[in-house]
Amino acid sequence: MGKREAAIAGLAEWAPQRRWDRPMFSMEAAAELAALALADADIEHGEVDGLVTGPVFESPMFAPSALAEYLGVRANFAEVVDLGRGLAGGHGLESGGGHRGGSLRHGPRRLHDRAPAAAALAWRRSGSRPRAHSRLPGGDAWGSPQGQFELPSGLVAATPSFALIASRYLARFPTAPETLAKIAVHERENAAHNPKAIFRNEPITIEDVLSSRMVADPLKLLEVVMPCFGGGAVIVTRSDRAGRGPHRPVFVSGYGERLTHKSITYAPDLVETPTRVASERAFQMAGVARSDVDVALPYDCYTITVLLTLEDAGFCKKGDGGVFLEDHDLRHDGDFPLNTHGGQLGMGQAGLAGGLSHVTEAVLQIQGRGGERQVRSCDVAYVNGTGGMMAEQVALILEGA
Amino acid sequence: MGTRMSEDGRPLPVPNPTTAPFFDAAREGRLRLQRCPRDGLFFYPRSRCPGCLGDDWSWEDVSGRGSLHAFTVDRVGHDPALTRDVPFAIAVVELEEGPRMTARMVDCGLDDLRVGMPVEATFETLEDVPLVRFRPRQVERLPIGGA
Ligand SMILES: [Zn+2]
Repeated sequence: MGKREAAIAGLAEWAPQRRWDRPMFSMEAAAELAALALADADIEHGEVDGLVTGPVFESPMFAPSALAEYLGVRANFAEVVDLGRGLAGGHGLESGGGHRGGSLRHGPRRLHDRAPAAAALAWRRSGSRPRAHSRLPGGDAWGSPQGQFELPSGLVAATPSFALIASRYLARFPTAPETLAKIAVHERENAAHNPKAIFRNEPITIEDVLSSRMVADPLKLLEVVMPCFGGGAVIVTRSDRAGRGPHRPVFVSGYGERLTHKSITYAPDLVETPTRVASERAFQMAGVARSDVDVALPYDCYTITVLLTLEDAGFCKKGDGGVFLEDHDLRHDGDFPLNTHGGQLGMGQAGLAGGLSHVTEAVLQIQGRGGERQVRSCDVAYVNGTGGMMAEQVALILEGA
Repeated sequence: MGTRMSEDGRPLPVPNPTTAPFFDAAREGRLRLQRCPRDGLFFYPRSRCPGCLGDDWSWEDVSGRGSLHAFTVDRVGHDPALTRDVPFAIAVVELEEGPRMTARMVDCGLDDLRVGMPVEATFETLEDVPLVRFRPRQVERLPIGGA
Protein backbone atom coordinates (compact mmCIF):
# COMPACT_ATOMS: atom_id res chain seq x y z
CA MET A 1 0.00 0.00 0.00
CA GLY A 2 1.23 3.44 -0.75
CA LYS A 3 2.16 5.76 1.98
CA ARG A 4 -0.50 8.39 1.43
CA GLU A 5 -3.56 6.47 0.38
CA ALA A 6 -5.35 6.41 3.71
CA ALA A 7 -5.94 9.20 6.16
CA ILE A 8 -7.56 9.75 9.50
CA ALA A 9 -10.31 12.30 9.08
CA GLY A 10 -11.82 12.57 12.53
CA LEU A 11 -11.98 11.10 15.99
CA ALA A 12 -13.87 10.76 19.22
CA GLU A 13 -12.50 10.24 22.68
CA TRP A 14 -14.13 10.06 26.06
CA ALA A 15 -12.30 11.40 29.07
CA PRO A 16 -11.15 8.43 31.16
CA GLN A 17 -13.01 8.10 34.43
CA ARG A 18 -12.53 6.03 37.53
CA ARG A 19 -16.25 5.45 37.78
CA TRP A 20 -18.39 5.35 34.71
CA ASP A 21 -21.52 7.37 35.32
CA ARG A 22 -23.39 6.10 32.28
CA PRO A 23 -23.43 2.32 32.21
CA MET A 24 -23.83 1.05 28.68
CA PHE A 25 -23.23 -2.05 26.64
CA SER A 26 -20.22 -2.21 24.38
CA MET A 27 -22.41 -1.96 21.26
CA GLU A 28 -24.02 1.16 22.67
CA ALA A 29 -20.61 2.61 23.37
CA ALA A 30 -19.49 1.78 19.84
CA ALA A 31 -22.56 3.49 18.41
CA GLU A 32 -22.04 6.65 20.42
CA LEU A 33 -18.34 6.84 19.64
CA ALA A 34 -18.95 6.17 15.96
CA ALA A 35 -21.55 8.95 15.83
CA LEU A 36 -19.20 11.38 17.56
CA ALA A 37 -16.26 10.50 15.32
CA LEU A 38 -18.30 10.72 12.13
CA ALA A 39 -19.60 14.14 13.17
CA ASP A 40 -16.03 15.24 13.85
CA ALA A 41 -14.96 14.09 10.39
CA ASP A 42 -18.14 15.45 8.78
CA ILE A 43 -18.73 12.12 7.13
CA GLU A 44 -22.23 10.71 6.72
CA HIS A 45 -23.23 7.49 8.36
CA GLY A 46 -24.23 6.12 4.97
CA GLU A 47 -20.71 6.51 3.66
CA VAL A 48 -19.28 4.05 6.16
CA ASP A 49 -18.54 0.72 4.56
CA GLY A 50 -16.11 -0.90 6.89
CA LEU A 51 -15.44 -1.29 10.57
CA VAL A 52 -12.74 -2.54 12.85
CA THR A 53 -13.42 -3.07 16.49
CA GLY A 54 -12.20 -4.58 19.68
CA PRO A 55 -14.27 -7.35 21.27
CA VAL A 56 -18.03 -7.00 21.33
CA PHE A 57 -19.01 -8.35 24.69
CA GLU A 58 -22.66 -8.84 24.00
CA SER A 59 -21.77 -10.96 21.00
CA PRO A 60 -18.35 -12.56 21.35
CA MET A 61 -18.97 -14.69 18.28
CA PHE A 62 -19.75 -13.07 14.98
CA ALA A 63 -18.85 -9.77 16.55
CA PRO A 64 -18.21 -7.91 13.28
CA SER A 65 -21.62 -8.72 11.89
CA ALA A 66 -23.26 -8.00 15.22
CA LEU A 67 -21.70 -4.58 15.24
CA ALA A 68 -22.45 -3.91 11.57
CA GLU A 69 -26.07 -4.75 12.23
CA TYR A 70 -26.25 -2.66 15.39
CA LEU A 71 -24.62 0.35 13.76
CA GLY A 72 -26.56 -0.05 10.51
CA VAL A 73 -23.36 -0.31 8.52
CA ARG A 74 -23.27 -2.17 5.22
CA ALA A 75 -19.69 -3.20 5.51
CA ASN A 76 -17.42 -4.39 2.75
CA PHE A 77 -14.98 -5.42 5.42
CA ALA A 78 -15.21 -5.79 9.15
CA GLU A 79 -13.08 -7.40 11.78
CA VAL A 80 -12.14 -7.71 15.39
CA VAL A 81 -8.51 -7.05 16.15
CA ASP A 82 -6.38 -8.38 18.94
CA LEU A 83 -3.12 -6.60 18.47
CA GLY A 84 -1.01 -4.17 20.38
CA ARG A 85 -3.19 -2.36 22.76
CA GLY A 86 -1.16 0.68 22.36
CA LEU A 87 -2.20 2.10 19.20
CA ALA A 88 -5.21 2.13 17.36
CA GLY A 89 -7.66 0.30 19.25
CA GLY A 90 -8.82 -0.91 22.42
CA HIS A 91 -10.70 -3.77 23.39
CA GLY A 92 -12.93 -4.45 26.01
CA LEU A 93 -14.86 -3.93 28.99
CA GLU A 94 -12.83 -5.70 31.47
CA SER A 95 -9.17 -5.73 31.89
CA GLY A 96 -7.29 -2.55 32.31
CA GLY A 97 -4.56 -2.53 29.95
CA GLY A 98 -3.54 -2.81 26.47
CA HIS A 99 -4.04 -1.06 23.38
CA ARG A 100 -3.84 -1.73 19.86
CA GLY A 101 -2.11 -0.38 16.96
CA GLY A 102 -3.08 -3.13 14.70
CA SER A 103 -6.34 -1.83 13.57
CA LEU A 104 -5.18 1.23 11.76
CA ARG A 105 -2.96 -0.98 9.71
CA HIS A 106 -5.98 -2.85 8.50
CA GLY A 107 -7.72 0.36 7.59
CA PRO A 108 -5.17 1.43 5.00
CA ARG A 109 -4.74 -2.01 3.54
CA ARG A 110 -8.39 -2.58 3.07
CA LEU A 111 -9.00 0.89 1.82
CA HIS A 112 -6.43 0.27 -0.83
CA ASP A 113 -8.00 -3.01 -1.81
CA ARG A 114 -11.54 -1.86 -1.98
CA ALA A 115 -11.55 1.91 -2.02
CA PRO A 116 -14.45 2.55 0.27
CA ALA A 117 -15.36 6.03 1.29
CA ALA A 118 -14.88 5.62 4.99
CA ALA A 119 -14.21 3.18 7.73
CA ALA A 120 -15.10 3.60 11.35
CA LEU A 121 -12.86 2.19 13.98
CA ALA A 122 -14.42 2.10 17.37
CA TRP A 123 -12.96 1.09 20.65
CA ARG A 124 -14.55 1.46 23.91
CA ARG A 125 -14.77 0.37 27.42
CA SER A 126 -18.23 0.10 28.75
CA GLY A 127 -19.78 0.37 32.09
CA SER A 128 -18.86 -2.80 33.86
CA ARG A 129 -16.52 -2.66 36.81
CA PRO A 130 -12.94 -3.57 36.19
CA ARG A 131 -12.21 -7.05 37.38
CA ALA A 132 -10.22 -7.04 40.53
CA HIS A 133 -8.86 -10.41 39.59
CA SER A 134 -7.08 -9.88 36.36
CA ARG A 135 -5.23 -13.00 35.39
CA LEU A 136 -3.72 -13.30 31.99
CA PRO A 137 -6.78 -13.22 29.76
CA GLY A 138 -7.67 -16.75 28.84
CA GLY A 139 -4.50 -17.92 30.52
CA ASP A 140 -6.11 -20.43 32.80
CA ALA A 141 -8.10 -22.30 30.15
CA TRP A 142 -7.66 -26.05 29.83
CA GLY A 143 -4.40 -26.82 28.11
CA SER A 144 -3.02 -23.32 28.38
CA PRO A 145 0.72 -23.05 29.00
CA GLN A 146 0.18 -20.07 31.29
CA GLY A 147 -2.23 -22.02 33.44
CA GLN A 148 0.31 -24.73 34.06
CA PHE A 149 3.62 -22.93 34.09
CA GLU A 150 3.01 -19.30 35.01
CA LEU A 151 -0.09 -18.77 37.10
CA PRO A 152 0.95 -21.22 39.83
CA SER A 153 4.14 -19.16 40.22
CA GLY A 154 2.15 -16.01 40.77
CA LEU A 155 3.06 -14.55 37.40
CA VAL A 156 -0.31 -13.05 36.56
CA ALA A 157 -1.32 -9.92 34.75
CA ALA A 158 0.99 -7.33 33.39
CA THR A 159 2.70 -5.63 36.28
CA PRO A 160 4.90 -8.53 37.43
CA SER A 161 5.75 -9.26 33.81
CA PHE A 162 6.91 -5.71 33.11
CA ALA A 163 8.73 -5.74 36.43
CA LEU A 164 10.68 -8.76 35.18
CA ILE A 165 11.57 -6.82 32.05
CA ALA A 166 12.70 -3.87 34.14
CA SER A 167 14.76 -6.11 36.37
CA ARG A 168 16.60 -7.55 33.41
CA TYR A 169 17.10 -4.15 31.79
CA LEU A 170 18.46 -2.53 34.91
CA ALA A 171 20.88 -5.41 35.45
CA ARG A 172 22.23 -5.04 31.93
CA PHE A 173 22.04 -1.27 31.69
CA PRO A 174 22.09 0.35 35.11
CA THR A 175 19.76 3.34 35.07
CA ALA A 176 19.00 5.72 37.89
CA PRO A 177 15.48 5.43 39.32
CA GLU A 178 15.23 9.20 38.90
CA THR A 179 15.66 8.81 35.16
CA LEU A 180 12.72 6.45 34.84
CA ALA A 181 10.69 8.59 37.22
CA LYS A 182 11.21 11.57 34.94
CA ILE A 183 8.98 9.88 32.35
CA ALA A 184 6.06 9.80 34.78
CA VAL A 185 6.73 13.36 35.96
CA HIS A 186 6.94 14.92 32.50
CA GLU A 187 3.90 13.01 31.28
CA ARG A 188 2.01 14.28 34.31
CA GLU A 189 3.05 17.81 33.41
CA ASN A 190 1.66 17.25 29.93
CA ALA A 191 -1.54 15.93 31.48
CA ALA A 192 -1.95 19.23 33.28
CA HIS A 193 -2.73 20.77 29.89
CA ASN A 194 -5.20 18.08 28.81
CA PRO A 195 -8.75 18.75 30.04
CA LYS A 196 -9.55 15.04 29.58
CA ALA A 197 -6.64 13.77 31.67
CA ILE A 198 -7.63 12.15 34.91
CA PHE A 199 -4.53 13.47 36.69
CA ARG A 200 -4.68 16.97 35.19
CA ASN A 201 -4.80 18.56 38.63
CA GLU A 202 -2.33 16.27 40.35
CA PRO A 203 1.26 17.18 39.50
CA ILE A 204 3.97 14.90 40.83
CA THR A 205 7.68 15.21 41.45
CA ILE A 206 10.57 12.81 41.02
CA GLU A 207 10.56 12.39 44.78
CA ASP A 208 6.84 11.50 44.72
CA VAL A 209 7.56 8.72 42.25
CA LEU A 210 10.53 7.39 44.16
CA SER A 211 8.66 7.40 47.45
CA SER A 212 5.50 5.81 46.09
CA ARG A 213 4.73 2.26 47.12
CA MET A 214 6.74 -0.57 45.63
CA VAL A 215 4.26 -2.69 43.70
CA ALA A 216 6.49 -5.25 42.00
CA ASP A 217 10.21 -4.61 42.26
CA PRO A 218 11.50 -2.42 40.71
CA LEU A 219 8.19 -0.83 39.67
CA LYS A 220 6.60 1.71 41.96
CA LEU A 221 3.00 2.78 42.04
CA LEU A 222 3.48 6.06 40.17
CA GLU A 223 5.21 4.19 37.36
CA VAL A 224 2.09 2.09 36.74
CA VAL A 225 -1.01 3.09 34.78
CA MET A 226 -4.35 3.33 36.46
CA PRO A 227 -7.12 1.44 34.65
CA CYS A 228 -10.16 3.59 33.94
CA PHE A 229 -13.30 3.61 31.90
CA GLY A 230 -13.29 5.36 28.58
CA GLY A 231 -13.25 4.81 24.86
CA GLY A 232 -12.48 6.27 21.50
CA ALA A 233 -12.88 5.95 17.77
CA VAL A 234 -11.22 7.25 14.66
CA ILE A 235 -12.45 7.54 11.10
CA VAL A 236 -10.11 6.28 8.40
CA THR A 237 -10.83 7.11 4.80
CA ARG A 238 -9.20 7.59 1.43
CA SER A 239 -6.91 10.55 1.34
CA ASP A 240 -9.01 12.36 -1.26
CA ARG A 241 -12.14 11.96 0.82
CA ALA A 242 -10.31 13.14 3.94
CA GLY A 243 -9.22 16.21 2.02
CA ARG A 244 -12.82 17.31 1.80
CA GLY A 245 -13.31 17.22 5.57
CA PRO A 246 -13.04 20.00 8.13
CA HIS A 247 -9.67 18.94 9.52
CA ARG A 248 -6.19 18.55 8.14
CA PRO A 249 -6.01 14.96 6.89
CA VAL A 250 -3.59 12.77 8.79
CA PHE A 251 -1.96 10.17 6.56
CA VAL A 252 -1.19 6.73 7.84
CA SER A 253 2.09 6.70 6.00
CA GLY A 254 3.80 3.81 7.69
CA TYR A 255 2.94 0.89 9.90
CA GLY A 256 4.54 -2.22 11.25
CA GLU A 257 3.73 -4.95 13.68
CA ARG A 258 5.58 -7.77 15.37
CA LEU A 259 4.63 -10.61 17.70
CA THR A 260 6.87 -13.28 19.11
CA HIS A 261 5.58 -14.41 22.51
CA LYS A 262 2.72 -14.19 24.93
CA SER A 263 4.47 -14.75 28.24
CA ILE A 264 7.54 -12.66 28.92
CA THR A 265 9.28 -15.87 30.00
CA TYR A 266 9.57 -16.95 26.39
CA ALA A 267 10.31 -13.62 24.76
CA PRO A 268 13.32 -14.03 22.49
CA ASP A 269 14.93 -11.27 24.55
CA LEU A 270 13.42 -9.54 27.56
CA VAL A 271 14.87 -6.15 26.73
CA GLU A 272 15.02 -6.25 22.93
CA THR A 273 11.36 -5.91 22.14
CA PRO A 274 9.26 -6.65 19.06
CA THR A 275 8.89 -2.88 18.70
CA ARG A 276 12.24 -2.81 16.94
CA VAL A 277 11.02 -4.68 13.89
CA ALA A 278 7.59 -3.05 13.92
CA SER A 279 9.06 0.44 14.11
CA GLU A 280 11.74 -0.07 11.52
CA ARG A 281 9.12 -1.26 9.07
CA ALA A 282 6.92 1.74 9.81
CA PHE A 283 9.74 4.25 9.37
CA GLN A 284 10.93 2.62 6.17
CA MET A 285 7.46 2.48 4.69
CA ALA A 286 6.90 6.13 5.47
CA GLY A 287 10.34 7.19 4.31
CA VAL A 288 10.66 9.20 7.48
CA ALA A 289 13.77 9.65 9.63
CA ARG A 290 13.71 9.58 13.42
CA SER A 291 14.80 13.18 13.38
CA ASP A 292 11.69 14.08 11.35
CA VAL A 293 9.40 13.10 14.22
CA ASP A 294 7.74 16.09 15.86
CA VAL A 295 5.91 14.18 18.57
CA ALA A 296 6.50 10.68 19.93
CA LEU A 297 3.60 8.74 21.39
CA PRO A 298 4.93 5.45 22.75
CA TYR A 299 2.69 3.14 24.70
CA ASP A 300 3.26 3.78 28.38
CA CYS A 301 1.66 1.20 30.63
CA TYR A 302 4.80 1.57 32.77
CA THR A 303 7.78 3.87 32.69
CA ILE A 304 10.03 1.01 31.60
CA THR A 305 7.81 0.51 28.54
CA VAL A 306 8.63 4.00 27.34
CA LEU A 307 12.35 3.56 27.86
CA LEU A 308 12.48 0.31 25.91
CA THR A 309 10.27 1.66 23.17
CA LEU A 310 12.41 4.76 22.64
CA GLU A 311 15.44 2.52 22.22
CA ASP A 312 13.81 -0.06 20.00
CA ALA A 313 12.07 2.55 17.87
CA GLY A 314 15.55 3.80 17.08
CA PHE A 315 15.51 7.18 18.80
CA CYS A 316 18.66 6.03 20.56
CA LYS A 317 20.75 2.88 20.83
CA LYS A 318 19.98 -0.05 23.08
CA GLY A 319 21.25 0.82 26.50
CA ASP A 320 21.34 4.56 25.84
CA GLY A 321 17.73 5.18 26.82
CA GLY A 322 18.65 6.52 30.22
CA VAL A 323 21.05 9.08 28.78
CA PHE A 324 18.49 10.00 26.13
CA LEU A 325 15.88 10.64 28.80
CA GLU A 326 18.28 12.72 30.83
CA ASP A 327 19.21 14.76 27.78
CA HIS A 328 15.69 15.59 26.64
CA ASP A 329 12.68 17.50 27.87
CA LEU A 330 9.60 15.37 27.24
CA ARG A 331 7.06 18.10 27.82
CA HIS A 332 4.87 19.50 25.07
CA ASP A 333 7.09 22.55 24.78
CA GLY A 334 10.29 20.57 25.27
CA ASP A 335 12.84 19.47 22.71
CA PHE A 336 11.40 15.93 22.47
CA PRO A 337 7.64 16.15 23.04
CA LEU A 338 6.46 12.76 24.24
CA ASN A 339 2.95 11.62 25.10
CA THR A 340 1.73 15.18 25.08
CA HIS A 341 -1.75 14.11 26.22
CA GLY A 342 -0.16 12.94 29.44
CA GLY A 343 0.22 9.42 28.21
CA GLN A 344 -1.84 6.78 29.82
CA LEU A 345 0.18 7.34 32.97
CA GLY A 346 -1.19 10.88 33.15
CA MET A 347 -4.47 10.60 31.31
CA GLY A 348 -5.66 7.28 32.69
CA GLN A 349 -5.79 3.97 30.88
CA ALA A 350 -9.18 3.68 29.25
CA GLY A 351 -9.27 -0.08 29.51
CA LEU A 352 -8.73 -1.73 26.20
CA ALA A 353 -9.08 1.61 24.46
CA GLY A 354 -6.16 3.10 26.36
CA GLY A 355 -3.78 2.66 23.48
CA LEU A 356 -6.03 4.55 21.15
CA SER A 357 -5.24 7.68 23.12
CA HIS A 358 -1.78 7.73 21.55
CA VAL A 359 -3.37 7.73 18.10
CA THR A 360 -5.96 10.37 18.88
CA GLU A 361 -3.31 12.60 20.43
CA ALA A 362 -1.13 12.27 17.32
CA VAL A 363 -4.08 13.25 15.17
CA LEU A 364 -4.99 16.22 17.37
CA GLN A 365 -1.41 17.46 17.36
CA ILE A 366 -1.02 17.15 13.61
CA GLN A 367 -4.37 18.84 13.07
CA GLY A 368 -3.37 21.69 15.35
CA ARG A 369 -6.09 20.86 17.86
CA GLY A 370 -3.76 20.33 20.81
CA GLY A 371 -4.94 23.40 22.72
CA GLU A 372 -2.64 24.40 25.56
CA ARG A 373 -0.39 21.45 24.88
CA GLN A 374 -0.04 22.04 21.14
CA VAL A 375 3.42 21.20 19.82
CA ARG A 376 4.81 23.92 17.61
CA SER A 377 4.69 22.99 13.91
CA CYS A 378 3.70 19.35 14.23
CA ASP A 379 3.66 17.32 11.02
CA VAL A 380 5.01 13.88 11.83
CA ALA A 381 4.10 11.59 14.72
CA TYR A 382 5.50 8.25 15.82
CA VAL A 383 2.89 6.14 17.57
CA ASN A 384 3.43 2.78 19.20
CA GLY A 385 1.10 0.24 20.71
CA THR A 386 1.84 -2.65 22.99
CA GLY A 387 -0.52 -5.48 23.80
CA GLY A 388 0.11 -8.08 26.42
CA MET A 389 3.53 -8.57 27.96
CA MET A 390 5.54 -6.39 25.58
CA ALA A 391 4.10 -8.89 23.15
CA GLU A 392 1.76 -7.59 20.47
CA GLN A 393 3.49 -4.53 19.17
CA VAL A 394 2.66 -2.08 16.48
CA ALA A 395 4.13 1.14 15.21
CA LEU A 396 2.61 3.88 13.09
CA ILE A 397 3.93 6.92 11.34
CA LEU A 398 1.25 9.55 10.95
CA GLU A 399 1.84 12.61 8.80
CA GLY A 400 -0.12 15.75 8.14
CA ALA A 401 -1.21 16.52 4.61
CA MET B 1 -8.89 -25.85 33.27
CA GLY B 2 -5.17 -25.32 32.95
CA THR B 3 -5.29 -24.16 36.54
CA ARG B 4 -7.33 -25.35 39.45
CA MET B 5 -7.51 -24.13 43.00
CA SER B 6 -6.08 -26.09 45.88
CA GLU B 7 -8.25 -26.60 48.93
CA ASP B 8 -6.64 -23.57 50.48
CA GLY B 9 -7.25 -21.54 47.35
CA ARG B 10 -3.88 -21.55 45.61
CA PRO B 11 -3.65 -21.95 41.86
CA LEU B 12 -2.31 -25.35 40.83
CA PRO B 13 -1.38 -26.60 37.37
CA VAL B 14 -3.61 -29.16 35.72
CA PRO B 15 -1.45 -31.41 33.55
CA ASN B 16 -2.75 -32.72 30.27
CA PRO B 17 -1.53 -35.61 28.10
CA THR B 18 1.14 -33.45 26.47
CA THR B 19 2.52 -32.00 29.69
CA ALA B 20 2.00 -34.93 32.05
CA PRO B 21 5.50 -36.40 31.52
CA PHE B 22 6.99 -33.14 32.78
CA PHE B 23 4.91 -33.25 35.94
CA ASP B 24 5.50 -36.99 36.41
CA ALA B 25 9.25 -36.36 36.43
CA ALA B 26 8.88 -33.34 38.71
CA ARG B 27 6.99 -35.51 41.17
CA GLU B 28 10.15 -37.61 41.35
CA GLY B 29 12.36 -34.56 41.76
CA ARG B 30 13.62 -34.45 38.19
CA LEU B 31 13.42 -31.65 35.69
CA ARG B 32 12.59 -33.11 32.31
CA LEU B 33 12.39 -31.23 29.04
CA GLN B 34 11.85 -32.17 25.44
CA ARG B 35 14.72 -32.31 22.97
CA CYS B 36 14.35 -31.91 19.24
CA PRO B 37 17.12 -33.66 17.26
CA ARG B 38 17.55 -30.51 15.19
CA ASP B 39 16.76 -27.61 17.53
CA GLY B 40 17.74 -28.90 20.93
CA LEU B 41 15.88 -28.51 24.18
CA PHE B 42 12.69 -26.53 24.51
CA PHE B 43 10.29 -25.60 27.25
CA TYR B 44 7.31 -25.63 27.94
CA PRO B 45 6.07 -29.05 26.80
CA ARG B 46 4.52 -28.96 23.37
CA SER B 47 3.15 -31.46 20.91
CA ARG B 48 5.68 -30.29 18.34
CA CYS B 49 9.01 -28.48 18.44
CA PRO B 50 8.61 -24.71 18.18
CA GLY B 51 11.78 -24.57 16.10
CA CYS B 52 10.66 -26.82 13.27
CA LEU B 53 7.22 -28.23 14.13
CA GLY B 54 8.74 -31.68 14.11
CA ASP B 55 7.26 -34.35 16.34
CA ASP B 56 10.34 -36.54 16.67
CA TRP B 57 11.37 -35.04 20.01
CA SER B 58 12.24 -37.06 23.08
CA TRP B 59 12.20 -36.40 26.83
CA GLU B 60 15.48 -35.72 28.55
CA ASP B 61 16.42 -34.99 32.14
CA VAL B 62 18.31 -31.73 32.63
CA SER B 63 20.49 -30.52 35.47
CA GLY B 64 18.06 -28.16 37.12
CA ARG B 65 20.91 -25.67 37.36
CA GLY B 66 20.65 -22.20 35.94
CA SER B 67 20.98 -18.55 36.64
CA LEU B 68 18.49 -15.89 37.66
CA HIS B 69 17.69 -14.13 34.40
CA ALA B 70 15.19 -11.67 35.88
CA PHE B 71 13.13 -11.41 39.02
CA THR B 72 10.46 -9.40 40.72
CA VAL B 73 8.94 -9.32 44.16
CA ASP B 74 5.19 -9.19 44.23
CA ARG B 75 4.42 -6.78 47.08
CA VAL B 76 0.65 -6.52 46.68
CA GLY B 77 -0.66 -9.86 45.46
CA HIS B 78 -1.48 -9.37 41.81
CA ASP B 79 -3.27 -12.67 42.03
CA PRO B 80 -5.68 -12.31 44.96
CA ALA B 81 -5.35 -16.04 45.54
CA LEU B 82 -1.75 -15.46 46.53
CA THR B 83 -2.14 -12.37 48.68
CA ARG B 84 -1.34 -14.45 51.76
CA ASP B 85 2.11 -15.21 50.33
CA VAL B 86 3.06 -11.57 49.79
CA PRO B 87 5.81 -10.58 49.47
CA PHE B 88 7.16 -13.36 47.28
CA ALA B 89 9.72 -13.56 44.51
CA ILE B 90 9.02 -14.61 40.94
CA ALA B 91 12.03 -15.70 38.95
CA VAL B 92 12.73 -16.15 35.29
CA VAL B 93 15.52 -18.71 35.25
CA GLU B 94 17.77 -19.49 32.35
CA LEU B 95 18.73 -23.13 32.62
CA GLU B 96 22.30 -24.17 31.92
CA GLU B 97 20.93 -26.12 29.01
CA GLY B 98 19.35 -23.01 27.51
CA PRO B 99 15.59 -22.80 27.92
CA ARG B 100 14.00 -20.30 30.28
CA MET B 101 11.30 -21.02 32.79
CA THR B 102 9.40 -19.03 35.38
CA ALA B 103 8.95 -20.20 38.95
CA ARG B 104 8.79 -18.97 42.50
CA MET B 105 12.11 -18.42 44.29
CA VAL B 106 12.38 -20.06 47.69
CA ASP B 107 14.98 -20.29 50.45
CA CYS B 108 16.27 -16.84 49.56
CA GLY B 109 16.02 -13.48 51.28
CA LEU B 110 14.24 -11.00 49.07
CA ASP B 111 17.12 -8.57 49.44
CA ASP B 112 19.59 -11.21 48.33
CA LEU B 113 18.14 -11.66 44.87
CA ARG B 114 20.52 -10.67 42.08
CA VAL B 115 20.21 -11.05 38.35
CA GLY B 116 22.79 -13.60 37.31
CA MET B 117 22.95 -15.47 40.63
CA PRO B 118 23.27 -19.25 40.38
CA VAL B 119 20.08 -21.14 41.18
CA GLU B 120 18.86 -24.71 41.13
CA ALA B 121 15.49 -26.36 40.84
CA THR B 122 13.76 -27.77 43.87
CA PHE B 123 10.36 -29.32 44.09
CA GLU B 124 7.32 -28.95 46.32
CA THR B 125 4.20 -31.00 46.22
CA LEU B 126 0.81 -29.56 46.96
CA GLU B 127 -2.18 -31.89 46.84
CA ASP B 128 -0.11 -34.38 44.84
CA VAL B 129 0.74 -31.72 42.27
CA PRO B 130 4.47 -31.12 41.88
CA LEU B 131 5.54 -27.49 41.73
CA VAL B 132 8.95 -26.48 40.44
CA ARG B 133 10.71 -23.83 42.50
CA PHE B 134 14.20 -22.42 42.37
CA ARG B 135 16.60 -21.66 45.20
CA PRO B 136 20.09 -20.18 45.42
CA ARG B 137 22.84 -22.60 44.41
CA GLN B 138 26.21 -22.80 46.10
CA VAL B 139 28.87 -22.61 43.47
CA GLU B 140 31.94 -24.73 43.95
CA ARG B 141 34.92 -22.57 44.67
CA LEU B 142 37.59 -22.57 42.06
CA PRO B 143 41.04 -23.59 43.27
CA ILE B 144 42.90 -20.64 44.66
CA GLY B 145 45.24 -19.25 42.10
CA GLY B 146 43.06 -20.22 39.19
CA ALA B 147 42.77 -17.69 36.43
ZN1 LIG C 1 12.87 -28.77 15.99
